[in-house]
Amino acid sequence: MTVFTAGNISKRYINHQALDSVSIDVPEGSIFGLLGPNGAGKTTLIRIINRIIAPDTGTLLFRGDPMKRHDIHRIGYLPEERGLYKKMKVGEQALYLSQLKGLSKQDAIRRLRYWFEKFSLLEWWDRKVEELSKGMQQKVQFIVTIVHEPELLIFDEPFSGFDPINVNLLKDEILGLKEKGSTIIFSTHNMASVEELCDHIALINNSRKILDGKVKDIRNQYKANIYEISFNGFSGYLKDLFAPDDEVLSETTDEDLRVARVRLAEGKKANDMLNMMLPHAEIHSFHEVLPTMNDIFISKVNEKRGS
Amino acid sequence: MNKVLLIIKREYLTRVRKRSFIIMTILGPLLMASVFILPIVLSQMSDGSQKNIAVLDETGIFYGKFQDGDNIHFEYVVSDLESAKENALEREDYALLYIPKTELSVPSAAVIYSQDQPSVNVKSYIRNVMKKEVESLKLEASGVDEDVLRSIRSKISLTTIKIDESGEEEKTFTEVSMGLGIFASILIYMFIFIFGAQVMRGVIEEKSSRIVEIIVSSVKPFQLMLGKILGIAFVGLTQFLLWIVLTFAIVSVFQVAYADMTLMQNAPGRTAQEILDEPGSMAEEDATERIFEMIHSIDFSVMIWSFLFYFLGGYLLYAALFAAIGSAVDSEADTQQFMMPVTIPLILSIIMAQFVVQNPNGPVAFWFSIIPLTSPVIMMVRIPFGVPLTDLYLSIALLISGFVVTTWLAGKIYRTGILMYGKKISYKEIWKWIKY
Repeated sequence: MTVFTAGNISKRYINHQALDSVSIDVPEGSIFGLLGPNGAGKTTLIRIINRIIAPDTGTLLFRGDPMKRHDIHRIGYLPEERGLYKKMKVGEQALYLSQLKGLSKQDAIRRLRYWFEKFSLLEWWDRKVEELSKGMQQKVQFIVTIVHEPELLIFDEPFSGFDPINVNLLKDEILGLKEKGSTIIFSTHNMASVEELCDHIALINNSRKILDGKVKDIRNQYKANIYEISFNGFSGYLKDLFAPDDEVLSETTDEDLRVARVRLAEGKKANDMLNMMLPHAEIHSFHEVLPTMNDIFISKVNEKRGS
Repeated sequence: MNKVLLIIKREYLTRVRKRSFIIMTILGPLLMASVFILPIVLSQMSDGSQKNIAVLDETGIFYGKFQDGDNIHFEYVVSDLESAKENALEREDYALLYIPKTELSVPSAAVIYSQDQPSVNVKSYIRNVMKKEVESLKLEASGVDEDVLRSIRSKISLTTIKIDESGEEEKTFTEVSMGLGIFASILIYMFIFIFGAQVMRGVIEEKSSRIVEIIVSSVKPFQLMLGKILGIAFVGLTQFLLWIVLTFAIVSVFQVAYADMTLMQNAPGRTAQEILDEPGSMAEEDATERIFEMIHSIDFSVMIWSFLFYFLGGYLLYAALFAAIGSAVDSEADTQQFMMPVTIPLILSIIMAQFVVQNPNGPVAFWFSIIPLTSPVIMMVRIPFGVPLTDLYLSIALLISGFVVTTWLAGKIYRTGILMYGKKISYKEIWKWIKY
């Protein structure tokens, strides 16, 4: 079941094409990573989903139906460029933003008090925003994004500007929201957090989608027959053990243990490697190295640039 | 619509609670009240010097009736008006009182020629003496019964005309219209500038604090702009109403207090009758009479309604433009290049107001009061003098369509501008946004 579908979205700004026929499907209950280098068109796509700007062509479906204006109440959006009215009181401001999302005043107060308590912000309710630390302001922004319990959450670079403690807090909250059934679109260039959080991704480069699918599938798809092996008892050149078309990528020594990464020639299996090694060395560990999202990201983006 | 109301409410409440708003609300009326009060105080202050008043009485009725006071001396002259005026100027008389001959058996009008505005005391004394004299003449001439007594309650119209060395004469009455017109137009000019700039600053604040994207993910950019403009319009109206009420309160408190004061001062050495007849109470009667005269000559309901209309219309027209400017820049320092074309018509109209007030029905006045960018200021100058209804309707219609057009244009600039950061925007760029 998909919560949200964007079909063939194109958007042209005055001087350049921001999106060129981009389609994404966001499955229910997933964390969907929207990846891409700066200027690729991620923010444009997110703004189109939030109906801040209109696409030139393309369709937007929310749970299978064409998206309407009031559907934005079912979305929570934390933009990359975010802030609060500095001179306004924290509680008053949170209340205002919640009401703009369609909550009644009583409802908003009740829910805000719950979240403010959870983030230990309650004593700051009547203080001005400018008196809060940056981290606390970020928490307030996070609260007003999720307070109306939206079905779809969109976080654009949510961790930028957070210290590591708050990053963890936020990650836990995001995973908690997923547990409770929210679907999350997550835009970032922080690949470590993509591997950690995302189930699905779409990679956008130069206004086009160049890759999408489940994270697990993509990493398997891009594995390059690379293995890491640690061993001892062999002191000769490692290269001598392998055929010329196998490639030793790296080799390190950790105390008396040697660790090597080897890319096997096409068609060779892990067992072939082990068979070659077994007569000469004592093997301590052996595993296949899956490419990181970072590697895939860089190679895909460069591949497009090269062509 | 509900969301626009929320935005209006926020814009209104955050501004009305600001310290600067409260200070302005108190200072404004004090300034305005002093404009009303100072001339009265100054004209009542006796300078202690001997005042000579020449009396040219063509009727001959009032000969010897004006009694010399502490420092006032009445001198009766016999000549024609022109030479009497010259004489008065030459001898530096305080004033010349001219009572013209009338067809009626008793005169009902007189004129004071003076270099300075004659003091309220002097004027009310003269009026009083004449009134008493005329009344007694009328009483003499007729048998006294109820109806007659009512009919002989007389009113004296005392026109003051200033003369100066060049021999020009000017009725103080047009001055009232001029004053009123200029006052209203300056007020509109100030309001447009003050509150238009507030709209601009508000937009810049939202942009630079980066809250704008959070808000436009809940409401349309146009709703946000409209809510801000309307919210600040209500702030302006609130301030204006408070100013009117407070000014009125201060002036009336002053009048009561001042009337008491002058009564007390004048008390010693006078008879009760004289006190009753003279200053204090008379000053008040004089003032109210002038207000009545003004009300008769100037249609105040037209004045107030058109003020409110041109204030709101002019504000809406310019506020939209100010909002567009705010959306196109990153900080207030960058606004200069865009402020120019918006402020020029405003400044031009306040400069033109001084010429329009001289000739409120000329072609310059007509065109400037029709063109929407200048009409709010210029039409307010013309209205106290009376404006042909066709001019008024044309101006109103054009102003309404004017602010519809600017709001529409501004909306197009605004929705692109608010999401644009870190880029120096040129006019060419803005033109593209409008066409886009």
